[in-house]
Amino acid sequence: MNAAAASAAASADTDPSTDLRIALVGLPNCGKTALFNRLTGGRQKVANYPGVTVERKEGAFTGASGRRYRLLDLPGTYSLTPTTLDEAITRDVALGRLAGEAQPETIVLVADATHLALSVRLALEVRDLGLPMVLALNMSDLARRRGYALDRERLAAELGVPVVETVAVSRGGADALIAVLERMPAPAPVPARGWQQPSAEQVRDTHREAARILDVAGYREPARSALAAQADRMLLHPVLGMIALAVLLFLVFQAVFSWAEAPMGWIESATAWIGERVHTALPAGPLRSLLADGIIAGVGSVIVFLPQIIILFLFILALEDSGYLPRAAYLLDRVMGSVGLSGRAFIPLLSSFACAIPGIMATRTIPDMRDRIATILVAPLMTCSARLPVYALLIGAFIPARAVGPFNLQGLVLFAIYFAGIIAALCVAFVLKRLRRGEDTHLLMLELPDYQWPDPGNVLLGLVERASLFLRRAGGLILAFVVLLWFLATYPAPPAGATAPPIEHSYAGMIGHAIAPVLAPIGFNWQIAVALIPGLAAREVAVGALGTVYAVSGDEEAVAQTLSSVIAADWSLATALALLAWYVFAPQCLATLAVVKRETGGWRYPLVMAGYLFALAYIAAGITFHVARAFGAG
Amino acid sequence: MAPPPAEPAVRQLADLPVGGVATVEGIDEAGALSRRLLEIGFFPGARVEVVAAQWPGDDPIAVRVGGSTFALRRREAQLVRVSPLRPGEGTR
Repeated sequence: MNAAAASAAASADTDPSTDLRIALVGLPNCGKTALFNRLTGGRQKVANYPGVTVERKEGAFTGASGRRYRLLDLPGTYSLTPTTLDEAITRDVALGRLAGEAQPETIVLVADATHLALSVRLALEVRDLGLPMVLALNMSDLARRRGYALDRERLAAELGVPVVETVAVSRGGADALIAVLERMPAPAPVPARGWQQPSAEQVRDTHREAARILDVAGYREPARSALAAQADRMLLHPVLGMIALAVLLFLVFQAVFSWAEAPMGWIESATAWIGERVHTALPAGPLRSLLADGIIAGVGSVIVFLPQIIILFLFILALEDSGYLPRAAYLLDRVMGSVGLSGRAFIPLLSSFACAIPGIMATRTIPDMRDRIATILVAPLMTCSARLPVYALLIGAFIPARAVGPFNLQGLVLFAIYFAGIIAALCVAFVLKRLRRGEDTHLLMLELPDYQWPDPGNVLLGLVERASLFLRRAGGLILAFVVLLWFLATYPAPPAGATAPPIEHSYAGMIGHAIAPVLAPIGFNWQIAVALIPGLAAREVAVGALGTVYAVSGDEEAVAQTLSSVIAADWSLATALALLAWYVFAPQCLATLAVVKRETGGWRYPLVMAGYLFALAYIAAGITFHVARAFGAG
Repeated sequence: MAPPPAEPAVRQLADLPVGGVATVEGIDEAGALSRRLLEIGFFPGARVEVVAAQWPGDDPIAVRVGGSTFALRRREAQLVRVSPLRPGEGTR
């Protein structure tokens, strides 16, 4: 917007021709993101702030007047004095100090109506910036049900800003907020005000002032439900809480296998059906081979794992929404601390089970840089969902689906692999702790928010986001590699009269055979060697690559067979177990290394990471292979 | 039987037993850590209650303060000076 438009708009109450830039500011866990989703309908642009990897979430909506609002969701914070990179972004954006980011024209301060004290204190700090501000009392329905009392007009008068009630999780829950925003005058130039970090005395003063204001406004904080207190007594208990956490994690991994079985079967049949259709419809030739052997076999063998990824994320998102995750961090803090990690490392590490990239980005909530680096270095040892296709393929092919007591043997093996990754991470963290000197200054100081029922809308939105990310990868990166690999596996054509399968004569065959001697000691054949290379780009590509390699080298009927039955016939159990062990440590994907470089500001840590993971993967696979062979699994 | 030893008037939050209620007297040290403790509600006069402690060594602990619950490591809880209250004696 240019200056002329700004001054012209200043005379009108609301000028629909100008956008209003709004930033959402609030405490962690105040329901800010849910409110953001409510206002923008979930349509959002997720990127990074320039120069740093703090996630920048922007969305837009249009008011009844036709005015457009551009909404920025700032990281949650307790104050404008940052202790983490995230909080520093919130301050810098609010102050208009962040290069490349325009200062917001209005601040919506989101407060959790069920406990207002800290939010009102933050509002007092933010108010001093001199920007127009609205206080949104979020979760007001919940507060009301629990019997809260508040004179909203009195609060507005005391604070000198409009106060509205919002219910982020229900339709129309943000209408009052939009109505107030519609009445906001067009943005005027904000008087430049210096900001100084308040002294401890000033912080105490804002606490007192907040208490006074809430008292004058007749705020009665709703009583905490007896059920929540009871739940905490159990879930935070040193013994019962640990048992509950173990049972919960175990159930998640069981569900990933059991619930996904049927939909995976459907996808497999659909892939096979399409492959056969293509096969019969097209004449033999390069096009048929590319479509059936390359694209359908390759991409199909990756997409089949979509149900498992959705189930895993369903649990992660629901747990995130319920407020349980920080409690798990509390329970595991002792274990983490004993290997030199911050208790706060739990949430980034848990996200790494989905993908190491958001996990590594989440480490910016860890204030101490050395803690952060240690967490970043072990994050790839958490089994990410991209490895799930590899594990699921191998477990499906080699581990019988027997019942062991009430459990499924395949689920047990998967649980064991996840567990192996966690143990490895703890060991690596311990070694890192020994390597570095200096006193431990690890912090926890983590809020345990009130329990909430997960909001189905939010969970669904998160699932759609994750599923579409996975499918876009399958359709983009994975498709590209699969096509490239098909080309390498098909050309050059074998010389006339050759007896070996054509792939032996191809570029892929040559590459595979060239690397095979290095991998032979750990039990990998040349087909695996071929698949491991694109597997560096993204782990699940390895599965697509194996699909393509075996489809190209197989005979006509092999196309209709599933990859799982092909490798079950071709590989020894020792090889399969060695490959499982390899992927526990698998040198992580290039995207992860790129994020690590950006986060740590240099090549040192990504190189350290790639080096140690390669070495561990090779050693672990070698030991597994030889031990399995010694036990007769060769 | 000997009478129970008198409770010291002021002690560290870290030493409060599970279920113990106290009033915050102040925060030791001046640094980013103390400042954040202050910001999240550990200011003089605030009422605190220890709701859980992890084994072994009561580290970390979970504390209710001003309507929120925070998990604190022992080292963090040692910075907060409190004077214990008998149940029912809290300000709110």
